[in-house]
Amino acid sequence: MASTAAATLTFARKPDSWLVRLFDYKPFLVAICMFPTAALLLVFLTYPLGLGIWLAFTDTTIGQPGEYVGLDNFISLWDDPVFWLSVTNTFFYTFVTTVLKFGLGLWLALLLNHHIPFKAFIRAIVLLPFIVPTVLSAIAWWWIYSPQFSIVSYVLVDRLGWLDHYINFLGTPWAARWSLVVANVWRGIPFIAITLLAGLQTIPPSLYEAALLDGASGWQRFRRITVPLLMPILSVVLTLSVLFTFTDFQLVYALTRGGPFNTTHLMATLAFQRAIPGSQLGEGAAIAVAMIPFLVAATLVTYFGLGRRKWQQGEAND
Amino acid sequence: MADFTRRDALTIGAAAIGTAALPRQGFAADDIPEAKVAPLKLALEKGAELRVLRPAKFVDPDETLWRANTKKFTDATGIPVRVDFVSWEDIRPQTAVTANTGAGPDIVVGFSADPQIYAPKLVDLSDLAGYLGGKYGGWYRLAEIYGQKWGTKQWLSIPVGGSTGPIVYRKSWVKEAGYDSIPNDLPGFLTLCQKLKAIGHPCGFSLGHALGDANGYASWLLWTHGATLVDEKGKISLDSKETIAALKYATELQTTMIDGTLSWGDVSNNQAFAAGQISLTANGISIYYALKNSKDPKLQAIAADIAHQTSPFGVSKTPPQSATVLNAMVFGHTKFPNAAKDYIRFMMEAEQYGPWLSECLGYWSQSLKSYGKMKFWDSDPNLVPFRIGLDTGYYDGYKGPVTPASSAVSANYTVVDMFASVVTGNATPEAAAKQAAKAAERYYKKT
Repeated sequence: MASTAAATLTFARKPDSWLVRLFDYKPFLVAICMFPTAALLLVFLTYPLGLGIWLAFTDTTIGQPGEYVGLDNFISLWDDPVFWLSVTNTFFYTFVTTVLKFGLGLWLALLLNHHIPFKAFIRAIVLLPFIVPTVLSAIAWWWIYSPQFSIVSYVLVDRLGWLDHYINFLGTPWAARWSLVVANVWRGIPFIAITLLAGLQTIPPSLYEAALLDGASGWQRFRRITVPLLMPILSVVLTLSVLFTFTDFQLVYALTRGGPFNTTHLMATLAFQRAIPGSQLGEGAAIAVAMIPFLVAATLVTYFGLGRRKWQQGEAND
Repeated sequence: MADFTRRDALTIGAAAIGTAALPRQGFAADDIPEAKVAPLKLALEKGAELRVLRPAKFVDPDETLWRANTKKFTDATGIPVRVDFVSWEDIRPQTAVTANTGAGPDIVVGFSADPQIYAPKLVDLSDLAGYLGGKYGGWYRLAEIYGQKWGTKQWLSIPVGGSTGPIVYRKSWVKEAGYDSIPNDLPGFLTLCQKLKAIGHPCGFSLGHALGDANGYASWLLWTHGATLVDEKGKISLDSKETIAALKYATELQTTMIDGTLSWGDVSNNQAFAAGQISLTANGISIYYALKNSKDPKLQAIAADIAHQTSPFGVSKTPPQSATVLNAMVFGHTKFPNAAKDYIRFMMEAEQYGPWLSECLGYWSQSLKSYGKMKFWDSDPNLVPFRIGLDTGYYDGYKGPVTPASSAVSANYTVVDMFASVVTGNATPEAAAKQAAKAAERYYKKT
């Protein structure tokens, strides 16, 4: 008797409470696990982005809530020579610095990949420009490019006597553009060199040994082994680099603020100038929104153009 | 108040001092003429507390005296006041947030035209402005322009003081060039600058994206030639023969300058001047102030060689320069409007304002005329142009209505870039004037 009673107690489970059933319900569990991340993304990414896009279609100024004006901001920008100047500047800046950063960064990575004395130390030093906060390095460059106190001019004029006047780095349009390019390249190389170096070290040495035995030259080894195997990481780094450069703000803002006469304005600096100091939030947002298609296009081109190879998706290469 | 006009107030000022009943601690305010006016009756709210936002200091006494005066107010009234000093660039965005959310500081000390932007959201300060103006000899013209709602006599804000940028130069080098002072006519000024360049001590004015310096220089170039950005009605008048003349003059003046002024920021001329690389520029008193208070005897020697003078008039009848005005606003969302008004009143009264103004030593120019009579102004001939800093009819966006549009034009360097592109030969004066007029129109159309 006693044993039957015990068996009943053991096996007759109480029906689960609604809470337990709810948590056993998979879709709910998935939703609740994703909620914190989704909420963070919504609040800190989607909302500001959405608000920015909305502002671009209004005439909001600082202090006055705006009204929906449709495409007015974009139409007015279309007729604005300063806006188009900033677009061409941004393209020039992104293209030239990216080419230089990759050429020099790859070169540096290849050099660092060799066995050299004090390897770890040198690699740490190479990272320095990347570690220093941009604003600080921008201030350093501001002094380097100063028309009156430049260390470069000082050495060339007062120490070596190679020049008879101080260099006007930021005072004429093209000199200013190239000066900004140099500063950006200086800052961008370490990131690219170190990531590519990491990529280089994943290439099995056996491939190079086999190629050596087959009598491949140094160039052939680079061309046929290094480049293809580096391609996946190259495409990721290139995409990131293009995105960072295209949206660069701090360097230009600290060095020239877009001067002389707007010839170094990038879209990001112009958007800020119009929106915050100039109070025209709607127009500034429109310039920022105008960057989105370019950014998406640049990302697609670099990522798919360079990155998508069949072997990356687990198929044989042609 | 009823018994005195402003003029009377000034003339009887001296007599009024003798009868001033209040002893003043540690500060001889006996040089500030005061008219007898009925005290402003403000019923201070019970349990009031205030938050004040104002621009950061550039000279130390600006902050220390402001804080000390604030403490005096708290001691006298029992109202706690928190003052936040924020960088100049951050004032506008923070004011905007305050205005849009209806929360935050009760008092914002903003800049020149800001009250016009927020006019519907501000507490009317006409009674306070009337009281202060009546007591202290009246307001200067620039204070009225920026304090009153445009085209009315209604006061939106209390102009606390202003910062102006006259010519600062090295006496010895100007003398070496053959001059005792700066010529007030344009051809004479150009000749002086040419001679300075010839003796190896060029001048320097920024035409880069330097918000204060470059816009100040560009405005001077326009006004001294009789050119304006807009006419009285706010219609763009930049594309004019006066502007073309200004552009041609600027091109000639540019050849007398040190290299690199097109990339100069707001501190560049201070640095170049302190390093002895330029002989003449336009600036606030900060160059002189920093050098004079320096511990370095070499820099003190430069300070002893400095003189200030109002910018050359050209065709203008008065000094063609304006000032950046500190403008105190009380926002309508405050729960303690009377306490806020009383705080501003307190800060503007002679016992507080006098020490603050004199310790800043010309960094701020007074907005009320009586404070122009203070003795410290006579202590140093270098203070003379700053004594009349707000005694001007020129303002941002002269001579149109004061609107946010003029700030937008300055922030976008529209007029500066017009000059910059012409002096470098990248545009003809005619084309640049047309293009700048079109660009300025974008901002004026929107407001």
